Amino acid sequence: MSEVKKIATRESYGNALAELGDEFPNLVVLDADLAASTKTAVFQKKFPERHIDCGIAECNMMGIAAGLATTGKIPFVSSFAMFAAGRAFEQVRNSVGYPHLNVKIGGTHAGITVGEDGASHQCNEDFALMSVIPGMVVMCPADDIEAKACVRAALEHEGPVYIRFGRAACSIINDRPDYKFEIGKGSVIKEGTDVTIIATGICVDSAIGAAEKLAADGISAEVINICTIKPLDKELVIASAKKTGKVVTVEEHSVIGGLGSAVSDALSESAPTPVKKLGMQDKYGESGTAGELVHKYGLDADGVYASVKEFLK
Amino acid sequence: MAMTNQELQKTANEVRKSIITALHAAGAGHPGGSLSSTDIFTYLYFEEMNIDPKKVSDPDRDRFVLSKGHCAPGLYSVMAEKGYFPKEELTTLRKLGSRLQGHPSMQYLPGLDMSSGSLGQGISAACGMALSAKLDNKDFRVYTLLGDGELQEGQVWEAAMFAGFRKLDNLVVIVDNNGLQIDGPVDKVCSPYPIDKKFEAFNFHVINIDGHNFDEIKAAFEEAKKTKGMPTAIIAHTVKGKGVSFMENQAGWHGKAPNDDEYKQAMEELERIGAAL
Repeated sequence: MSEVKKIATRESYGNALAELGDEFPNLVVLDADLAASTKTAVFQKKFPERHIDCGIAECNMMGIAAGLATTGKIPFVSSFAMFAAGRAFEQVRNSVGYPHLNVKIGGTHAGITVGEDGASHQCNEDFALMSVIPGMVVMCPADDIEAKACVRAALEHEGPVYIRFGRAACSIINDRPDYKFEIGKGSVIKEGTDVTIIATGICVDSAIGAAEKLAADGISAEVINICTIKPLDKELVIASAKKTGKVVTVEEHSVIGGLGSAVSDALSESAPTPVKKLGMQDKYGESGTAGELVHKYGLDADGVYASVKEFLK
Repeated sequence: MAMTNQELQKTANEVRKSIITALHAAGAGHPGGSLSSTDIFTYLYFEEMNIDPKKVSDPDRDRFVLSKGHCAPGLYSVMAEKGYFPKEELTTLRKLGSRLQGHPSMQYLPGLDMSSGSLGQGISAACGMALSAKLDNKDFRVYTLLGDGELQEGQVWEAAMFAGFRKLDNLVVIVDNNGLQIDGPVDKVCSPYPIDKKFEAFNFHVINIDGHNFDEIKAAFEEAKKTKGMPTAIIAHTVKGKGVSFMENQAGWHGKAPNDDEYKQAMEELERIGAAL
């Protein structure tokens, strides 16, 4: 795995928007006074007339996006995940989801790795909130390469899309020559036979680290990166579960309603398999550095390794 | 050719009859606000807006967003009167399989420019449409109708701040100020007054009118068109349940349908009004 450069997926988001602005002339980017943080400022610099700062009014911003979409624009709405998916939930549900408008939502600063800001800003609920909206695509890229691919895929997809981006810099894990992104398709990062670790976002890196530690103990872990939480790549999940017979999910999200729940739903229907869900265990986060928090809540490589070992006992 | 006031009144009366008919058939729905807005709906769809029921996807058409989505029976009735769909379909209102959902859904009915129903949201979508016209240097105009009770939603004022700041002079916000909401008079529940001064403070050009007087309605929309550099808010002072004696000024008729006897009486009254025009 390349350690050339760590980059936060929110940076990738801003860069991708700016890079795709010419190719997608109908793309407009909306923000709610957070352009410097969500990185839409990168797009703003290149396309000032197509960047709409709506001020600190996320509910209105979502409606503005809906109205723009009815006229053929492709709005990318940006704010912290807490406010995009949380505060404006009902606007997303009723003004975007119900009319199935072509609105893309970029929720940045998601999960506990927001860090020092504390629990008020650590959105561990966005997968759940966005997944329950019919027709909504929900994605969470694991690195720079995947984040950029997500933005393009969202623009090419007709209909509402939610993408979660993180604040913390993360390793590049998808720098393979054969890398190809498709909405709804997961990828096997490492093949294994004893247990399947399914992760999303920054937790993919933790899963890879855990798998390396497990290998040293003679345990062969399969690592799957699920970028699209909804629609889930059920085929891939079921096939791997049938092979290994044990599944561990890892996400920087509540264990209720996120990746773990989606995986459990898929398996319980056609391939009942024991599933251990790692994530936020029905708890709020707290202030601290991103590194301290992922360690405390067991979502770093050491934590995932320990949980998998315990689960396999 | 502009319609005469008498023609507009006759058309509005037909729309009111359709509202009563649809609600009676549905056995549920919102007559009070539909009837108070009828004259506004009629003027918008028959005089003001650049629209064609045969070209519902024309990118240059004017747009209408019913922010007070519960008054769908009023909107559906005027659309049917205008020829968007057969009037007979109005009796499918709220029924399983109908294109006339309880609140407007653009996924079901072509000709609707936005889905609405959750109060406070339509005005934001209307701002987005008006902004789109500005971004593309297009001439289409955007109209949105709000209830006075709806003004209690904070999102309305987020949108108003945006529209005023962005100088969306192609946007007209109409407030159906019938004074009543479900729990009673708006100024007893949680007063939105003064409505005009609030919109002025958000950098709107504000016009107060009698929302049942077509001379005033026409003058207001003409004035809005001439107003540059700021959006217009038309505060239409109306009578809830207008046109049906026992529904007028009764909060209780906000959200219930007439029974058979009430339907008969309401239609007789509207027939008499129509005959006198």
